This record gives sequence, C-alpha cells and structure tokens, in this order.
Amino acid sequence: MSVLVYTESLKGKFKKNAFEVASYAHKVAQDLGTTVTAVAFNAEDAAALGTYGVSKVLNVSYDALSTFSAKAYADVLAQAVKAEDAKVVILSSTADTKYLAPILAAKLGAGYAPNVVAAPDSTSPFVVKRTAFSNKGFVHTEISSDIKIVGVSNNAYGVVENAVSASVEDFNPSLTDGDFAVKSVEVDRVAGKVTIADADIVVSGGRGLKGPEHWGMVEELADVLGAATACSKPVSDLGWRPHSEHVGQTGKPVASNLYIAIGISGAIQHLAGVSASKVKVVINNDPEAPFFKAADYGIVGDAFEVVPELIEKLKEFKAQNA
Amino acid sequence: MKILVCISNVPDTTSKINFTEGDTKFDTNGVQFVINPNDEFGLTRAMWFKEKQGATVHVATVGGAQTEPTIRKALAIGADEAIRVNAEPKDGFYVAQQLAEVVKNGGYELVIAGRESIDYNGGMVPGILATLLDMNFVNMCIGLEIDGTTATAIREIDGGKEKLSTSLPLVIGGQKGLVEESDLKIPNMRGIMMARKKALNVVEPIDASQPTQDQKFDKPAAKGPVKLVDAGNVGELVELLHNEAKVI
Ligand SMILES: Cc1cc2nc3c(=O)[nH]c(=O)nc-3n(C[C@H](O)[C@H](O)[C@H](O)COP(=O)(O)OP(=O)(O)OC[C@H]3O[C@@H](n4cnc5c(N)ncnc54)[C@H](O)[C@@H]3O)c2cc1C
Ligand SMILES: Nc1ncnc2c1ncn2[C@@H]1O[C@H](COP(=O)(O)O)[C@@H](O)[C@H]1O
Repeated sequence: MSVLVYTESLKGKFKKNAFEVASYAHKVAQDLGTTVTAVAFNAEDAAALGTYGVSKVLNVSYDALSTFSAKAYADVLAQAVKAEDAKVVILSSTADTKYLAPILAAKLGAGYAPNVVAAPDSTSPFVVKRTAFSNKGFVHTEISSDIKIVGVSNNAYGVVENAVSASVEDFNPSLTDGDFAVKSVEVDRVAGKVTIADADIVVSGGRGLKGPEHWGMVEELADVLGAATACSKPVSDLGWRPHSEHVGQTGKPVASNLYIAIGISGAIQHLAGVSASKVKVVINNDPEAPFFKAADYGIVGDAFEVVPELIEKLKEFKAQNA
Repeated sequence: MKILVCISNVPDTTSKINFTEGDTKFDTNGVQFVINPNDEFGLTRAMWFKEKQGATVHVATVGGAQTEPTIRKALAIGADEAIRVNAEPKDGFYVAQQLAEVVKNGGYELVIAGRESIDYNGGMVPGILATLLDMNFVNMCIGLEIDGTTATAIREIDGGKEKLSTSLPLVIGGQKGLVEESDLKIPNMRGIMMARKKALNVVEPIDASQPTQDQKFDKPAAKGPVKLVDAGNVGELVELLHNEAKVI
C-alpha cells in the first residue's frame, strides 16, 4: 500500500503545484505509516520530487502523452493505483486535473473530495476539510470508499521539504484508442505569462477601469510583481478582457498569496471566488465599496493615480532589494 | 439529436450561507433556489441546437419535490420535457449513477451538464457520468459545435484555451462561454404558460453507492478590519506588504 500523487509538468518541467501535492501526499503517507509514489509524465528531473517526500516516481514517457489527454492520463493513473495498491490518491486543482479527477474516480469507484484546504482531519475514518458554497463555508467530508481521492486547493497546504531519496522507474501502461477519443486540435496558451492557477500574486481589474485601453497599467503592475492578470465578470462580458481572466463564483477561483483588486466593487459573487486568497488589497475611489470589508489593505483613491504610483514604488522597492 | 441538460438546484448567488442542526445541515431557511448558473449557459446552448438543428431537449434533476419550481423554469425557457429523479442528491457519485440511468433509458446522444454546482463545488457529476456510460467527455467547455456525429469543443485551460475534436455520444461540463451572458434567456409569460402543460416525469431512484458523506460545516473566521493607506502615501502599502503581510 502507498499514497499515490499525480505530479503535473509542462514540457518536462514540474509545475509548482506538483511540489505542493507531493508535500501533502507525504503528510498523508506519514499519518498512514506508508510511503509516497508519484506518477509523472515525461518529466525531465523526476528525482527532484524526493525533496518533497516522494520515495518512488513512476515516470511515463510516451509521445502520445506529451499533450494532456484527460481520459488517457486518468487511465494511466488508474493503472498506477492498481500496480501500487494505492488507497489514497492526491491531486491538485488545476484545470487539467479537475478534468481528469472525476474520470479517475469513476474508473476506481473511489470517493473524490475536491478543494481540500488542509491535511486530513483524521485518516481513520478518512475526513478532509474542503471549501463549499464558493468559499462561503467549509465542509468536513468523510470518504468511505476503499480508494480515496483528494483534490488539494492551490496554495492551501504549501510546499514542505522532507528530503528522501527517490527511485525513478519507467512505467508502461497499456493504452487503447478509446483513451484518445477526444483529440487535441489546437492549444492556445498565452506564452510567457503566469497563469491565475499558478500565480502567487494576482492583479485584477474591474469596471472601474472604464475600458480595455486602460489595462496597460494593470499589466505593468502584474509584470513588476511577477503576477497573473485577472478581471471581474462584467469586464469579460464586455469583451475588454478574455474569458479566461474572469474570476469569481462563476469564473476561475483565485487562491493566491496576494490579490490586488483595482476598480472592483466587491460583489458577493466576485468575493466568493477570490476570498481564498490570503492577503487582499483593494484600490477603489468609493470608500463605501463592499470590497473594503473583505480586504486586508486598502487605498481609497483614483486608480489612475494610485496604480502608476504603486508601480513606481514597487520598482524602487525591487531595485533596493535586488 | 436528443439532448439532456442536467440541472442542479442551488442557492441563489447572493444567498447568505448558514448551517443548522449542530452545523450538520445547510440551512435552507429564506434561501432562494435557482438553476445552477453553469447549467443556465448549457441550457441556453441546448436551445440554440433546438432552434438551429432541430434537437429535442430534455432536462433532468436529481432532487426532492422542492426542486420542481427550478425545473419548471427550465421548461419555461424552452426545454421540451423534464425528468426528476426523486432522491436527495447525496453526493456526486450517487447523482451521476442516477443520471446515468436516465441517459440510458432516454437514449440521449449529448448530455450538457455544468462545470460545477455552485453549492458544493463538486465538479464531478459530468465526468463520472460520462465514464460510467463510456461516453466522450469534455470538461470546462466554453464552446460546442455539433455536425452530424462530430463534435468540436473548446475547453478552458489554465492560461488559455484548447480546441478539441470528438464524437457523439458526448457529455460536457459547461460554463460561461458556451453562450454569452447576454444570450441567457429569461422565461416570458408565454413560456411560463406553456411550461405548465409540458411533461415533468418523476422517476424513482435506483440503488446506488455513496462514497462520501458530508459530516459537519463551518464558516471562515471573521475578518479583521481593513488597514487603510492614504492615497498620497502609496509607499506605505509596499512597506506593509513586505514587512507585515510578507507577500512581496
Ligand atoms: C449569477 C451571477 C454570477 C456572477 N458571477 C460573478 C463572478 O464570478 N465574478 C464577478 O466578478 N462577478 C460576478 N457577478 C457579477 C457581480 O454581481 C458584479 O456585477 C460584478 O462583480 C461587478 O463588477 P465590477 O466590480 O468590476 O463592477 P462595478 O460593480 O461596476 O464596480 C466598479 C467599481 O470601480 C470603482 N471605481 C470607479 N472608478 C474608479 C476609479 N477611477 N478608481 C478606482 N475605482 C473606481 C467603483 O467605485 C466601483 O466600486 C455575477 C452575477 C450574477 C448575477
Ligand atoms: N442533483 C443534480 N441533478 C441533476 N444534475 C446535477 C445534480 N447535481 C449536479 N448536476 C450536474 O452536474 C454538474 C456539476 O455538478 P457537481 O459535480 O455537483 O459540481 C452540474 O452543473 C449539473 O449539470
């Protein structure tokens, strides 16, 4: 028996969340008195997972799996679960993983708890704490099936070092044509930009910015901070920004360390999706904007004056701390 | 083409969330229930297939009699028939098994569900359903075209989108983008009148497993007051973020 963790990579390089889910898996394995086996796809430096407590890596190197394919990846994971006799599977909360998780759950007849924000409350019975009602509440869920799948929220557990030496093995799953019945035709990913899911810092703009032509300063602020850019729903509905930047209850969830909201009023549907962020900063010219009640830091002022000033101060800060 | 739109009945997005019975139950007191927003986009896309491609559109929900106003609303928007599986939606796996039975019996070729329900944010029903039925599956779907039995779908990925090609039978987990916000239909008087005459078939649940149990709820800790920084002293914010919050 072991704890299995799916560690994501992009073009051979592990994503940051791979180390977070590995850390989480290590914690669960410790509680259960067992070890962690990771599954990686075409990873270049698979042994690096040892730093986070993974003692064995099953590395799958197939050309056919060089682009993500939900069903095929889920099939590989299911075969790894069987091979390792794993009872707990740890996953992240990226778009790709949320795509494959239910497929895996159905294949294994396993209970799946997504959006988990802490190490298990207990492992026998197996109870985890997860967000519900779009971050307005938490629910403690028992997973009672033989195999259990836990989806860890981004940034909720953190990256924890627990160095062990990791053995790396090639894993050769058997795949069928059916695994590839949904084919990728074209991937349109903005190159060289931090994604909302990966970002430590997210800079977000609302209708208060008046029009798409004013996003230059939002992007510059994001650049200085190494942040991802996001927006409120009306901003994407109006076509000022792409849908993929829409955050909130009906958009992408944000769980960054720092969330900076510029010209966003803080409607309940917006807050629901971003409140998992640890520190929230609001810049708004209306002192009554509801967002101030949900924020840690705020500036009441005109975004068109405050944001350029903030960019300058951050550049000075960077220069001093470089 | 026969389409099934799966609808979950969820608290309105503005609802205050409270718990009762020693924090073991969601308190529905005073809560307004609506069609799950992700399903509303899916339903509107289904209406497009009905108008432009002659599809038949049914809606299904797994829930008690209290969900009927929500299903009637879907009928008022234009669905042809509704099915209610008369059971509490215990968990995602349980719901997916019930819906799988509905899909099998109804011979649907396209099942449109939502990316997630905004109540428990499970995000699992469509994927489990597709896998149980061995149908193709696209999640976080923001665009869908059907030509004969060929489907072209766009899905949202972190930092962009991906175009996918597949075939019917197909299940999608949809969201905004399938149609735009401005395309959403509000039921009109005629729709509401017609909905009263449409079939709402109640079926009993099958035996199904329930691998997870929600035991207890709690709410996020109350937040301290915001620290305001003067607009003339933006440097102080940088200080605070570095020294106090330690996030830069
Ligand atoms: C079913 C449903 C789901 C929804 N889901 C979401 C969701 O997922 N995400 C989401 O964001 N919204 C969502 N909404 C919409 C939500 O209710 C709000 O309408 C929306 O969040 C408002 O966006 P905003 O704050 O950008 O715009 P507004 O509410 O118009 O606020 C603009 C703000 O900018 C400020 N401002 C104006 N000028 C300046 C200036 N010069 N400098 C600084 N500040 C300025 C104003 O004071 C104001 O507070 C949803 C709504 C519904 C009904
Ligand atoms: N009780 C239910 N009845 C019908 N469809 C449901 C139900 N619960 C979830 N669904 C469908 O599955 C999608 C994802 O829900 P969930 O997995 O609960 O987050 C929803 O958007 C619905 O389309």
